[in-house]
Amino acid sequence: MNSLIPAKFRPVLFLLLLYAVLIVLPHFLKYHQQDFLIFLTINILVVVSYRLVTLTGEWSLIHAVMMGVGAYTSALISKNFDISFWITLPLAGVMAGLVALLLSYPLFRMTQFYFLIGSFAAGEAIRLTWIQFIKPFGGTGGTSAIPSPELMNIDFLEPIPYFYLVLIVVSICVYLLYRIENSRIGLTLHAVHWKGVLAESVGVNTWNYRTLAFVIGSLFVGIAGALKVHYIGTVAPKQFDIGFMVFILIWVIVGGYRTFYGAIIGAVVLSVLDEILRGVEQLRPAIYGATLIFFILYLPGGLESLPQKIRQKFWANRESAT
Amino acid sequence: MLIQTVVNGLIQSGFYALAAIGLVLVFGVMRVVNFAHGELVMIGAYTIWFVHAQNGVPYLITVVLAILLVTALGLLMERFLFRPMTGDPLGGLICSIGMLFILQVIATYVGGEGPSKQVPPPFEGTLILLDSVRIPYQRLFSIAVVIVALGILWYFLTRTKFGWAVRAVSMDREAAALQGISTIRVSMIAIGVGAAMAGLAGALMAPLTNINPHMGHNVIIAAFIVTIVGGVGSLPGAVIASVLYALFHTFVTTYFSGTIATISGLVIMVLVLIVRPTGIMGHRVSE
Repeated sequence: MNSLIPAKFRPVLFLLLLYAVLIVLPHFLKYHQQDFLIFLTINILVVVSYRLVTLTGEWSLIHAVMMGVGAYTSALISKNFDISFWITLPLAGVMAGLVALLLSYPLFRMTQFYFLIGSFAAGEAIRLTWIQFIKPFGGTGGTSAIPSPELMNIDFLEPIPYFYLVLIVVSICVYLLYRIENSRIGLTLHAVHWKGVLAESVGVNTWNYRTLAFVIGSLFVGIAGALKVHYIGTVAPKQFDIGFMVFILIWVIVGGYRTFYGAIIGAVVLSVLDEILRGVEQLRPAIYGATLIFFILYLPGGLESLPQKIRQKFWANRESAT
Repeated sequence: MLIQTVVNGLIQSGFYALAAIGLVLVFGVMRVVNFAHGELVMIGAYTIWFVHAQNGVPYLITVVLAILLVTALGLLMERFLFRPMTGDPLGGLICSIGMLFILQVIATYVGGEGPSKQVPPPFEGTLILLDSVRIPYQRLFSIAVVIVALGILWYFLTRTKFGWAVRAVSMDREAAALQGISTIRVSMIAIGVGAAMAGLAGALMAPLTNINPHMGHNVIIAAFIVTIVGGVGSLPGAVIASVLYALFHTFVTTYFSGTIATISGLVIMVLVLIVRPTGIMGHRVSE
């Protein structure tokens, strides 16, 4: 059956099928399931952009806050200055990228443990600023009544049109991130991670490349943040706290961080699991925590390594049998 | 007002020191950032609330109980999370984040949802100095216990064989192993002592603060700041930084607000990381 379709066209066919399903799917869902689909799509952009940051081997703890930077930028500008969503959406990305650029000077003087703690501290300081300064950020309760996008006569308060909007924006962003990872830049980022000293010795400026990955990743997650808050209509510091950051980590780790699609698998599988767990609200964090521990201890490659692991086991058994 | 703030700050520093020491010990010996450390403090406080305030067991007995419980918890974490993750700092960190969620959920189940819990202070009354400085006896008791605990720890680390082993491993794990020191046993001692201190901190804090499943968040932020400013891996540094940071935090909280105090603390920490990553008393941590 496999030979019917040339290997070259299989990914294309898969994508076509996927998009056909995604376009039809929301019409068959209940209201809160449509919500869920929108957030899941946004979260895919969040994990894919985080993946770019982690390519250089440094796991930052500031990604969720960067998402918030984009979200606040777009929300406050569109609300207070009455500027269209179509302008504030890219602005959100630019702002998050700029903040990342500024932070990169202090943060990239550190590596490993220090970078982790430093990025956590910087993020927490930004988040507390939103809480402290009620003008313009709105304090703990955040800011609400964020205008929704306007385009012709489409009602973006409805989930289905908004889902299509999110689908288009996220698809473009994920495609761009995919191209970046497979470009010369992406390959250099891999080199910086696995052979940092060697990369430096052949003239790669590792600092610049780490900064580049951080800025681009933050830019895209800033867009994700804007997409999210224009749908909910409210932006609050709680949405971007360390708890959400941990979710991002869990998605990437459970999905697997060796390949591009691993993180996406993690986000999808765990979000669906999360939906199923809606009944046991209180227990949810503990189940997440236990899942995380289980994966890091017993399946460090994540879900994406599972088929290969099973295949290896299977072949190993066959070989030992003969 | 000024003296009162200084006194409050000094008392606060005791809690920071207790909480930070566990973090420093575990990081020094095992190279793992234990994100769940704040939750150990939280469990200590919950023990007091549940066993003492709810079920009427005398306070001092409950304090001992809290220490034992949290120490056991720390040892379990060492055995089942950190030991399999030896040599993988990120893995250990992520395990501790998973643990953080589990402990928070346990606390929610024990205490139920709803408002923060309060524990009536077992030591009532207030000492009044110079007519204006008021120190509740509960705080006086806490600070005395903290000083005694730190004294015992100092004696343990500098005057006993186990203490030497702990310090040797935190300086150079491999060299210590070559000298015949069991790094696993030292790891267990480090996390045991660290968790005991966290449990004690929680037990002492319980009557003085609001108890809820998320109280660990503030504890871990303060502990991070103190650890970094004091110098990663340096216990005297952590104690000094605790005093300085607690005074700073109390002053800013009194005259501005608690959030501004924490923001400035975090900014100071980032500055220290940039300018002098070794902190006040730290030495370079070997890669």
